Amino acid sequence: MRRILAILSLILAMSAPANAVQPDEVLKDPALEQRARAISSGLRCLVCQNQSIDDSNAPLARDLRVLVRERLVAGDSDRAVTDFVVQRYGDFVLLKPPFNAHTAILWGAPFLILAAGALFVWRRGRRLPGPTTAAALTEEERRRLEAVLGEERP
Amino acid sequence: MIVEIGHYALALALGVSIIQALVPLWGLSRHDRALASVGASAALVSFALVALSFAALVASYARSDFSVANVYANSHSAQPLIYKLTSVWGNHEGSLLLWVLILTLFGALVALSRNSLPPRLRAGALATQGLVATAFLAFTLLTSNPFQRLSPAPAEGQDLNPILQDLGLAIHPPLLYIGYVGFSMTYAFAVAALIDGRIDAMWARAVRPWTLLAWIFLTLGIAMGSYWAYYELGWGGWWFWDPVENASFMPWLAGTALLHSIVVMEKRDALKVWTILLAILTFSLSLLGTFIVRSGVLTSVHSFASDPARGLFILLILMAFVGGSLALFAWRAPLLRQGGLFAPVSRESALVVNNVFLATACATVFIGTLYPLALEMVTGDKISVGAPFFDATFVPIMVPLLLILPIGQSLAWKRGDLLGAAQRNAAAFGLALLAALALIAFTRGGPVLAPLAVGLGLFLVLGAGFDLGERIAARASGWPAMFSRAKGLPRSAWGTAFAHAGVGLSIIGIAASAWSSEAIGTLKPGEKLTAGRYTIVLESVSLRNGPNFRADVARFQLFADGRELAPLEASKRVYTARAMPTTEAGIRTQWLSQAYVSLGEAQGDGLAVRLYDKPMILLIWIGSLVMAFGGALSLTDRRFRLAAPRRAAAMAAPAPAE
Repeated sequence: MRRILAILSLILAMSAPANAVQPDEVLKDPALEQRARAISSGLRCLVCQNQSIDDSNAPLARDLRVLVRERLVAGDSDRAVTDFVVQRYGDFVLLKPPFNAHTAILWGAPFLILAAGALFVWRRGRRLPGPTTAAALTEEERRRLEAVLGEERP
Repeated sequence: MIVEIGHYALALALGVSIIQALVPLWGLSRHDRALASVGASAALVSFALVALSFAALVASYARSDFSVANVYANSHSAQPLIYKLTSVWGNHEGSLLLWVLILTLFGALVALSRNSLPPRLRAGALATQGLVATAFLAFTLLTSNPFQRLSPAPAEGQDLNPILQDLGLAIHPPLLYIGYVGFSMTYAFAVAALIDGRIDAMWARAVRPWTLLAWIFLTLGIAMGSYWAYYELGWGGWWFWDPVENASFMPWLAGTALLHSIVVMEKRDALKVWTILLAILTFSLSLLGTFIVRSGVLTSVHSFASDPARGLFILLILMAFVGGSLALFAWRAPLLRQGGLFAPVSRESALVVNNVFLATACATVFIGTLYPLALEMVTGDKISVGAPFFDATFVPIMVPLLLILPIGQSLAWKRGDLLGAAQRNAAAFGLALLAALALIAFTRGGPVLAPLAVGLGLFLVLGAGFDLGERIAARASGWPAMFSRAKGLPRSAWGTAFAHAGVGLSIIGIAASAWSSEAIGTLKPGEKLTAGRYTIVLESVSLRNGPNFRADVARFQLFADGRELAPLEASKRVYTARAMPTTEAGIRTQWLSQAYVSLGEAQGDGLAVRLYDKPMILLIWIGSLVMAFGGALSLTDRRFRLAAPRRAAAMAAPAPAE
């Protein structure tokens, strides 16, 4: 059933040209509207793939956009609005997953890989003998070499 | 009949590819030159057969032969001819055939480049190519046969997905595939080197043009796809960190790293093991990209072809080629001897740092793309990883890399002078910083990070220009001397400068999106909407008929800063065969900036309209073009055109001195 629903909503989403926020949803207060847009762009449209509710035209995304705006008008903080939506739909709704036991690898990996790479390069660099073993060419040798190779070297 | 010939040619090509894969390997192991050289002829025959097969499919599309299931499902007799032809690869089966066509084309090119490669390397590379071709030809024939007939033949086709009936998307897949498949050459050479157990600067010189070529096309393909998304999807976004986009971005990042590490190998005979590994990984990521797009494992905004049974087949291909080559790598890589040395401060070391950052960036995209899938399989938990995650991880990794890029670029080979390089870039850095500060002051109250990003982009552009200028002016005095020196500079030096400046231009374009503005409104004729510098007034809405669609066309008067420009049209189309709508945004380009109008639903007696002011947005894609142009310049470097025997003799000397 969930599958059918998902397919149905996908079809519905496809059947309307991509035009997410509709004029009748826009809040009068521009500051509040801007906050609504910022919050919406971090919330996933649950029936779409990898689209925020701000970008999506699925009916469910519209409902969520309206919900976000209602909470904002009621005076909720940005944080409270997001928490409210997460409470209903779980972490799945967040396009930026929260840091917890399940996502520690996700968040940690980029920086661990960078550190590991840097460490590896640094240790190799220390293990290798310095370039002193290869004597630099004299200017004369250089000129002869360039003449032989017939090639400009930067 | 033509269709059957095409099908038969494809089956023959599979047989020839098996010969291309196995006989040279047998020859290599028996040190039999005649057997080892069979690969070249097989590669040529295989290409001819696949080309024939592809031509047959193109002909069926051109003639709208709906007795072919593939044509029936993806074409319509009312389509303009150009879209009939591009429909060939607008679907799973046809795009696979295109993939194989490009693959065998590359094989044929290697076979034709007779003298420039050591014979053992060429035989091994062609055999590996043959293996890849065998796998994909088998995949096409067994699961995705484009020549399936329908009986009775339907009178009319189902039309191509309307969203694909667009010139941008018509040339996007071929560009992308030339990129993906081009990296198969690098992979084939890497595997051949591992089989041979020997690798030297000659290898790097042989592989670099292929890598460059693949990289150029991948760059163009990604840029094209991004521009298409921008104007066709109708909400003005140009990059969504969508799995399908990431699938093409990962090989690009790895390929960029490879391009730089190959340079070190060519110059210094160092980084051999890493370069081989990168070559394998880059093509593996290309395969992964094909898998992600073709299997629908991560269905996404623009995944139009998905079928789990096929997914399993591609997964097997993926595992065989990635696993096989990595096993070969683990077994043979210790045989590769490390070569030349370089000081911790040198261009080589800078390129190593470049590789560390690019590899990390690539790994980040990889993890971000596949983590939700892995987590769901392991724990059943569902999470989403979207744009905000990549903004928070990818960007901090790239910024330091880009900051040190101009300095690395101006370091000398082998042993550099960090202070000197920093001094040489001081002027560029100072100017860029000044520009950023001026921008902050000028746009007070606006975004702060964006001006700094503009400064970073400017730093790259200026750094590239100053570096070139330095080299031209270095030992020359007077204009004629400088001119001849500019002409004498290797093309690859020009290429480097252009490619790096291109990155800078793209960054400026991306940063400028912080100043874009948007307005949404319901308009009746005569009403206006303003966003940023632009104002539009709805003039009229009319109905128009296209060849295979109906369109609601809205006509707007357009004002920029109060000055009237030529009117602008935006439309919504409904393609009759599939009853599917698309938006055609109205875009007006002014210098590098654009006004962008897209239509929504009718609301009461008004029309929902979005207007965007997108300052400097074109720089994003112009930057990509400049990058690709830089790559093309490097490709024409005379080192790649020189006759091989002389090269081979020159390279026989240990570590070329400078």
